Amino acid sequence: MSVLLIAEHNNKELKPFTLNVINAATQIDQDTHVLLIGHNADSVAKSISEVSGVKKVIHVDSPIYENYVAENYVPVILKNAENYSHIVSAANTFGKNLMPRVAANLDTSQVSDIIKVLSADTFLRPIYAGNAFATVKTNDPKKCITVRPTSFDPAPSTGGSAEIVKGDPGEEYSLTKFVKKEEIKSDRPELGTARIVISGGRGLQSSENFKLITAVADKLNAAIGASRAAVDAGYITNDHQVGQTGKVVVPDLYIAVGISGAIQHLAGMKESKVIVAINKDGEAPIFSVADYGLEADLFEALPQFLEELNKLNTIQK
Amino acid sequence: MKILVAVKRVIDYNVQIRVKEDNSGIVTDNVKMSTNPPDDNAIEEAVKIKEAGKATEIVAITIGDDKAQETVRKALAVGADRGIHVKADGIIEPLAVSKILKAVVEKEKPDLVFMGKQAIDDDCNQTGQMLAALLNWPQATFASKIDVKDKSLEVTREVDEGLETIEVNIPAIVTCDLRLNEPRYASLPNIMKAKKKPLDQMSAKDLGVDTNPRIEQIKVEEPPKRKAGIKVANVAELVNKLKNEAKVI
Repeated sequence: MSVLLIAEHNNKELKPFTLNVINAATQIDQDTHVLLIGHNADSVAKSISEVSGVKKVIHVDSPIYENYVAENYVPVILKNAENYSHIVSAANTFGKNLMPRVAANLDTSQVSDIIKVLSADTFLRPIYAGNAFATVKTNDPKKCITVRPTSFDPAPSTGGSAEIVKGDPGEEYSLTKFVKKEEIKSDRPELGTARIVISGGRGLQSSENFKLITAVADKLNAAIGASRAAVDAGYITNDHQVGQTGKVVVPDLYIAVGISGAIQHLAGMKESKVIVAINKDGEAPIFSVADYGLEADLFEALPQFLEELNKLNTIQK
Repeated sequence: MKILVAVKRVIDYNVQIRVKEDNSGIVTDNVKMSTNPPDDNAIEEAVKIKEAGKATEIVAITIGDDKAQETVRKALAVGADRGIHVKADGIIEPLAVSKILKAVVEKEKPDLVFMGKQAIDDDCNQTGQMLAALLNWPQATFASKIDVKDKSLEVTREVDEGLETIEVNIPAIVTCDLRLNEPRYASLPNIMKAKKKPLDQMSAKDLGVDTNPRIEQIKVEEPPKRKAGIKVANVAELVNKLKNEAKVI
């Protein structure tokens, strides 16, 4: 038994979530190998070889891997799959796009988005946006698994000394072409990975009033979220939506402002480590999941909150 | 051009789900069901493409028990031309769903297959990619914009870092993100008309697909409950707690 993990990278750097997935993989089996498919990514291969727990790096290099296209990755993975019991990647847009295409080729029923390794074939995974946890056992001979990165600590990026071996590229898939990638250039952290998230709901009453949220977000170096109600009302764009139909976030601190706490919103944030709710309706369901609830008018509370934060000089960037 | 759109019947996104007492699954009896939200976006996009004169026929397909037909009827009411209901009971894993869809694609020969990026019940996010693999077609997942060109689609995809654009040759599979469009509501006259639109029925067995689950669902539990929190009196107390008790700022 051994695990083949598909690395996510941009040919220059390993994506940090790969470290979390390496940790999960080594819990499945100590013999964890990482497959790096890229172009001129020698520095990435080297950094993976130094990650604690990695036993071997298989480095496949070809110009066709300049940009990530799942259809090009899959033949390489299949070529290498034979020697492994498990194929693993992150349950983010990289792995979600890739792994099912691998699994179907192997006639394997994939286990998506695991949050705990119970044994080599049994895993815990959230369903219904985290409103229930399912314990599932896969009986397929080759197991395809995606891992929720935020549920595992990152493996230490040093301490390993894995050998790096060269692998053969696969055939190019000509029917899909990469055109461009527009990375959102923002000084603000990404909603999915931010340490602090502050979200606004219908209580904000207008897009103009979201400035109050933005000001606090700037101060805390937080990502900005929103409830579906706020998005539907047009206060803010949908990419900020937290909830069952938006993003699921697990920050250290989640601040819900003017959000009543509809089920669909709670599903997207209730695993956050610390939850703050600011709402003028003391009966709002959001208070049932909040560690700290403040029953107050947000239009008074938010400026005060900013003022209090300004008094502190210890905000971590 | 012909577009096949796959839709799934799930518990409505506004319903608080309940775990069965014997931990064997989720209670679905007497619970409000709806179309999986991003599947509505898939139908909407197909209808828009047809309205723009770039598609000639939209076929909506669902897999499930008798009641799953409601999902197809809803698709017919917002603009699909005909429906297919593949009867199957119990948990149908994405691998089996994609095998059923493959069999239907081979019969129907659509140019495009659309579906939601993920179902909000099992949260698997697999079916579109698996179908693309089985057909060896290109896949454009998490689509937030689709430009129909002559023999290809230019698709903007929602990825973690931002937006990615790819070009896929037709035939192709597209899985739709909620950002793709704003699904329309069915008007009453259209709901009535939809009842007269053709709806074919077949079973997974007719299509030669084994739908027995490969994954054993050992148990389903409620997630650990959060400890009850406290109410703070004012903003100063809140900031003090966050700094000195929770130590998160």
